[in-house]
Amino acid sequence: MTTYTKPIPTVTADLQPFFEAAKRRELVVQRCRGCGALRFPAREICSQCLSRQVEWVRVSGRGEVFSYNVMHQVYHPGFATEVPYAVVVVQLDEGAKMISNLVGVAPQDIRIGMRVEVVFEDVSDEVTLPKFRAAA
Amino acid sequence: MSLKGRGAIVGLGITPQGKVYDSNHVGFAVEAVRLALDDAGLKRSDLDGLLLNPGLTWADQGMGSFQLQQAMGLRNLRLSASMNLGGATACAMIQQAVEAIDAGLCRTVACVFSDAPLKPPKPKTERAGGGGGSAGAYGFARGLDAAYGQFGINAMYAMVARRHMHLFGTTNDHLGAIAVAERQWANRNPMAQFHDTPMTMEEYRGSRWVVEPFHLFDCCLVSNGGLAVIVTAADRARDLAQRPVYVWGMGQGHPGGDPAETLTSGAGLAKEAAFRMAGTGLADIDVVELYDCYTFTVLVCLEDYGFCKKGEGGPFVADGKTAPGGSLPLNTGGGQLSAFYMWGMTPVSEAVLQLRGAGGARQVPEAGVALVSGNGGILSTHATLVLSNQAA
Repeated sequence: MTTYTKPIPTVTADLQPFFEAAKRRELVVQRCRGCGALRFPAREICSQCLSRQVEWVRVSGRGEVFSYNVMHQVYHPGFATEVPYAVVVVQLDEGAKMISNLVGVAPQDIRIGMRVEVVFEDVSDEVTLPKFRAAA
Repeated sequence: MSLKGRGAIVGLGITPQGKVYDSNHVGFAVEAVRLALDDAGLKRSDLDGLLLNPGLTWADQGMGSFQLQQAMGLRNLRLSASMNLGGATACAMIQQAVEAIDAGLCRTVACVFSDAPLKPPKPKTERAGGGGGSAGAYGFARGLDAAYGQFGINAMYAMVARRHMHLFGTTNDHLGAIAVAERQWANRNPMAQFHDTPMTMEEYRGSRWVVEPFHLFDCCLVSNGGLAVIVTAADRARDLAQRPVYVWGMGQGHPGGDPAETLTSGAGLAKEAAFRMAGTGLADIDVVELYDCYTFTVLVCLEDYGFCKKGEGGPFVADGKTAPGGSLPLNTGGGQLSAFYMWGMTPVSEAVLQLRGAGGARQVPEAGVALVSGNGGILSTHATLVLSNQAA
């Protein structure tokens, strides 16, 4: 097994439910209990209604590519063999947006608006990263 | 009562710019203020206000302006603050200086930016893989982003630019027209880092990708150095060494929300107050100095100031009208893309030189009124100045 060399995010208290869900192959985002707005990344306070009451809810994992870039510069040695690689912003069908990667799609084949669905990649004992692939 | 013409920029100090390693952020700031005082014919004891926009290497310390005061031995200031709206700070500092002077709180204010993110190059054998130098300085990642390889401001801006291309058909050649025009201006500016390096559209197209859709020459330089201006009351400005540059209009606009959704800067908000105060419109503007962290930022701000409609910035610049000799002189010193990157101080400084008639080989004939913008974050913060060499 090759060693995983990319940055592994710290499982902070505010993101613990997210990573626990990812281990179960579920994608979750925050939902404000005040106004119902979905949000990601995790925040303490809802910027819509300023409520601090929040819960994590499962979403379908389906959405579309809202935007993307193609990184050519190596900022971390873990990506040295991957450049050029794409980073995408996925607009989830339920509302929130998420930074991620597309698996199985070459950067030049990515299009804004293409339908995608979540997949999960185990990167350490604690951390599983949600990524996306072209929807079937 | 309107603040039009109540304050003026009377001193300008620009240290050596770019790969300059003989000082640090504090030293560059001291030197910039000293140069600006000399330029104005003023002494340190004439200053009673100090506003600092701390660059990256200041690490955004809240006490930065006090640190600078101590470093240059200033006594008895009546106004002091570190301000940070990113690239909008320069125009916002000048606004605050004019307001404070007009309110009688102080008389003569230095506004300064400095930074020293570039480190001297190491021998090749010591260089580790990965992004160092200018790439490293702005290559930070937030939260989960690093896990997905999303590093730095370039990557975030690229997401917004891609949306603009998708919705409006903006192309890399459109962005390239801005880069090539600015380079032509830089070739006429002896202080520009790219003064001696011409660039054709072919060379723009052939420059390496940093993060698509941005080529290397869509992205601003990273510079070590300092830049300061001295602001004082208009009635005092007339007695000093330089032709005064009067502040006619000022405004800020910070729209909030997600710029990738709106594809809009704060210029639309900021220009309302600035043009109303100045009593001017776009037709009165002789020279335009827009904040250019990226070619794309210029394109969006041209739309938001109303030079063309939203979405039409690409075709608008494609004919080269922003280059020397064109109908819209834009970023006439080469901007941050081709001259030097002192955040919002770069466009301010070029407007001052143009309105003094001190533009040398790049002087825009009969430049009397300048539009200056500052933009911070990802189209997040914005400030506008309308400047003129006439008092009113």
